[in-house]
Amino acid sequence: MANIISDETIEYVGILAKLELSDAEKEQAKSDMGRMLDYIDKLGELDTTGVEPMSHVFPVHNVFREDVVTNGDTRQQLLANAPEQKDGMFTVPRTFE
Amino acid sequence: MAKEYETVIGLEVHVELATKTKIFCGCSTAFGAEPNTQTCPVCTGMPGSLPVLNKQVLEYAIAVGLATNCDITRYAKFDRKNYFYPDNPQNYQISQLYLPICRNGSVEIETKEGGVKSVGIHEIHMEEDAGKLIHDEWDDCSLVDYNRSGVPLIEIVSEPDMRSAEEVIAYLEKLRLIIQYLGASDCKLQEGSMRADVNLSVREAGAKEFGTRTEMKNLNSFKAISRAIAGETERQIDLIESGEKVVQETRRWDDTRGESYAMRSKEDAQDYRYFPDPDLTPIMVSDEMLADIRSRQPELRSEKMKRYKEEYDIPDYDIEIITGSKHMADLFEETTAICAQPKKVSNWLMGETLRLMKEKEVEVEDLRFSPENLAKLIALTDSRAINSSVAKEVFEVMFDTDVDPEQYVEEKGLKTVNDEGALKKTVEEVIAANPQSVEDYRSGKEKAIGFLVGQTMKAMKGKADPATVNRMLKELL
Repeated sequence: MANIISDETIEYVGILAKLELSDAEKEQAKSDMGRMLDYIDKLGELDTTGVEPMSHVFPVHNVFREDVVTNGDTRQQLLANAPEQKDGMFTVPRTFE
Repeated sequence: MAKEYETVIGLEVHVELATKTKIFCGCSTAFGAEPNTQTCPVCTGMPGSLPVLNKQVLEYAIAVGLATNCDITRYAKFDRKNYFYPDNPQNYQISQLYLPICRNGSVEIETKEGGVKSVGIHEIHMEEDAGKLIHDEWDDCSLVDYNRSGVPLIEIVSEPDMRSAEEVIAYLEKLRLIIQYLGASDCKLQEGSMRADVNLSVREAGAKEFGTRTEMKNLNSFKAISRAIAGETERQIDLIESGEKVVQETRRWDDTRGESYAMRSKEDAQDYRYFPDPDLTPIMVSDEMLADIRSRQPELRSEKMKRYKEEYDIPDYDIEIITGSKHMADLFEETTAICAQPKKVSNWLMGETLRLMKEKEVEVEDLRFSPENLAKLIALTDSRAINSSVAKEVFEVMFDTDVDPEQYVEEKGLKTVNDEGALKKTVEEVIAANPQSVEDYRSGKEKAIGFLVGQTMKAMKGKADPATVNRMLKELL
């Protein structure tokens, strides 16, 4: 395996993904991520001169909708999933910038 | 001697587009609905839901790009900007990083010295707004309303071309005017449909390199922007003078305290891991699409000013003020279309309208009276059904509540008394009651008649035509 993921990297990725990993999980993740990067390196061996970067896997473009209201009030269904709610809103831990 | 510093400013301006529905779903964008009643699986980030681009968003974005001299990207796409925050239900915001819809534009602003300066536009991209967090002091928690989640925005990123608060305000006013003329947004800073983040750095005058910049948020008026620029410039100069370093960070401006503070802690690394959104297909802007949008571009201000000069006999100064707001220009044109009296319409707008706006602190976008009613008021004065001071009184009521002036005048009995018999009786009474003034007038003091006209108007409770009263007095004396 050519790509070695450092402890700092896995720690950082954990913070970005809001994941708390056990030591065993960290080791597993380091190994998985290393193999993914190896695969990307393999792709890098191909000569892609003159090939446009791909933006989408399907040859489809310009899928639009008209600016017309089609949805109504489905608040009840939405809030059915809320662990906690108040005044028609989701309750979350105090958050502010 | 103290060193001279130069302030370097670039802006990120978010503009909420005036579409009926959200950017990727058919939920209404109407303002003021009950929390979470304008949401669906797409704008609340439910797994398996699929966003589809609102065509009007693309057209508005291109229209703004064309009006700001941008190159329109013929092959554009959307990317995901990943971050966690409760107002962002998908845990990513759909935006454009790699291939934004517009690039390399510019707008011209007038400088304090009376010159013209070009401010570069780096890019304009389309993106979705986040939900709204409401802080509940009582339960010490936050509440989330996703009605705003998915409301379409364009973000206009300028080059760091501005050097003072005045230039920043001039740039914002120019952008606002262009966008309002296009009908793409109402651009109200206070209500958040236009929001500006200020990127600012300072450097010694003449230096080639830029200093380290900070980004300031929470600026919701032109005054707050000016104060924040002054405050941040001073803070950065102080740091440099005392040998410290400016840290690249996002700061929140507290306008009541007149200072800013750093917003994000170190644990919240700003690493958005952008990648192309696989749920949305790329956008190909064809020649036909571009030509179609171009052909539908409304008349912008400079064209309007030129046309006004040719079509209407009103002073240049009036044209300048009226076309300075799309709403005012619409009022002018619609009223003129009904009554065909541009000069009189202009007088009402330039006189009483501006005066009352100032007195009552009303923004031009919030003017309530309709063109129909203003045209009716003009007709009432033209036919001498009401005199000019009554007209002003009626206008003030129209200004507040858009009443129909014909009905109002009728109901309140404000019509000028054209019954010469009744008027003559009053005039005679006034003459009898004021022998001194009558004497003065007869002995050559022309001005004395003014007092008598005033007394007659008072006796008629203002419902007489002063010119008629004047004529009648002269006849009887």
